[in-house]
Amino acid sequence: MTEQVGTAEPGFGTAARPQMRPPGLRGMLVDWASDQRAFKNVSWMKAMMWIFLLSDTFIFSCFLLSYMTVRMSTTVPWPNPSEVFALHIGGQNVPLILIAIMTFILISSSGTMAMAVNFGYRRDRTKTALLMLLTALFGATFVGMQAFEWTKLITEGVRPWENPWGAAQFGSSFFMITGFHGTHVTFGVIFLLIIARKVLRGDFDHERRGYFTSRKGNYEIVEVMGLYWHFVDLVWVFIFAFFYLW
Amino acid sequence: MAQATMAHGTAAPAAAAHRDSHQQHPIKLYLVVWGWLFVLSTASYLVDYFHLQGYLRWSLILIFMMLKAGLIVAVFMHMAWERLALIYAILVPPLLVLVFVGIMAFESEYTFFTRLFTGAGS
Repeated sequence: MTEQVGTAEPGFGTAARPQMRPPGLRGMLVDWASDQRAFKNVSWMKAMMWIFLLSDTFIFSCFLLSYMTVRMSTTVPWPNPSEVFALHIGGQNVPLILIAIMTFILISSSGTMAMAVNFGYRRDRTKTALLMLLTALFGATFVGMQAFEWTKLITEGVRPWENPWGAAQFGSSFFMITGFHGTHVTFGVIFLLIIARKVLRGDFDHERRGYFTSRKGNYEIVEVMGLYWHFVDLVWVFIFAFFYLW
Repeated sequence: MAQATMAHGTAAPAAAAHRDSHQQHPIKLYLVVWGWLFVLSTASYLVDYFHLQGYLRWSLILIFMMLKAGLIVAVFMHMAWERLALIYAILVPPLLVLVFVGIMAFESEYTFFTRLFTGAGS
């Protein structure tokens, strides 16, 4: 539990003394210029996940940017998302209601994930696993609603190259952006289930070694899993603002 | 068993660093953030529900979006308690995307006016 990566591998961790740095900007520069690990008290697992998420940020940025570009450059009116994503409930059209519910579900899943991380560090096996399973359930619900939304739009005639309401670029942007995000959620659910199983089995209490990595199991993997999950929620915040509300 | 005692013996000096790297906050913090995310999401939904238009709509959408993103990154992803070296390494590069946004917005305007005046494409 206490090891930083360095201490597990002799020769690397000995120089890491995070408390000996000046505060603020100078401390950051000393960290970076020290010819050691730059991220002193951050484990390799967490640092690598953050760097992966940074690269994923660029991928989603490119999707949203290409959406901005096609929407700004088309001379045909853009379909009104408020009407396109309205649901007919109780005799009237409620604008964007499905998307709003999906947003609340994803936010709730982030909340349960954050609490799972917390209970993980308290070594509360049952609560951690249950909260992770609840997170996975929310995630699966989200993907299910997205499948419903895709089905609805496809039966209404939306295709990547045309749609009944306006600019053809609407369809390609929609399928690309929400499809890629939905894939991320799906993979998140799969990994949540895998790690929840490990938590339940007690892998992180007994430091059971990983099947692929042979490294000792550690509750920090729950936090790293959480980082990925919160990122998926974060991307949805931007998709919701730029694609559905704009 | 001997190993376990040894691990406990060496754990004491590392305890401070350990608290730094392994996040431990009261559950209430997460519930409060969760509540705020609900409020902000509702607010941004209401922007659409009440058909706000123009600059008011766009600025409200952006404000609510940034507040939500900030809460998620800072609290849920624990960025507020990470070292500055990691914070800058992760948060500064995405800001450069704004340059890309500027370039593509400029290009889009050009394409738009070309289409408008030549009647080509859509």
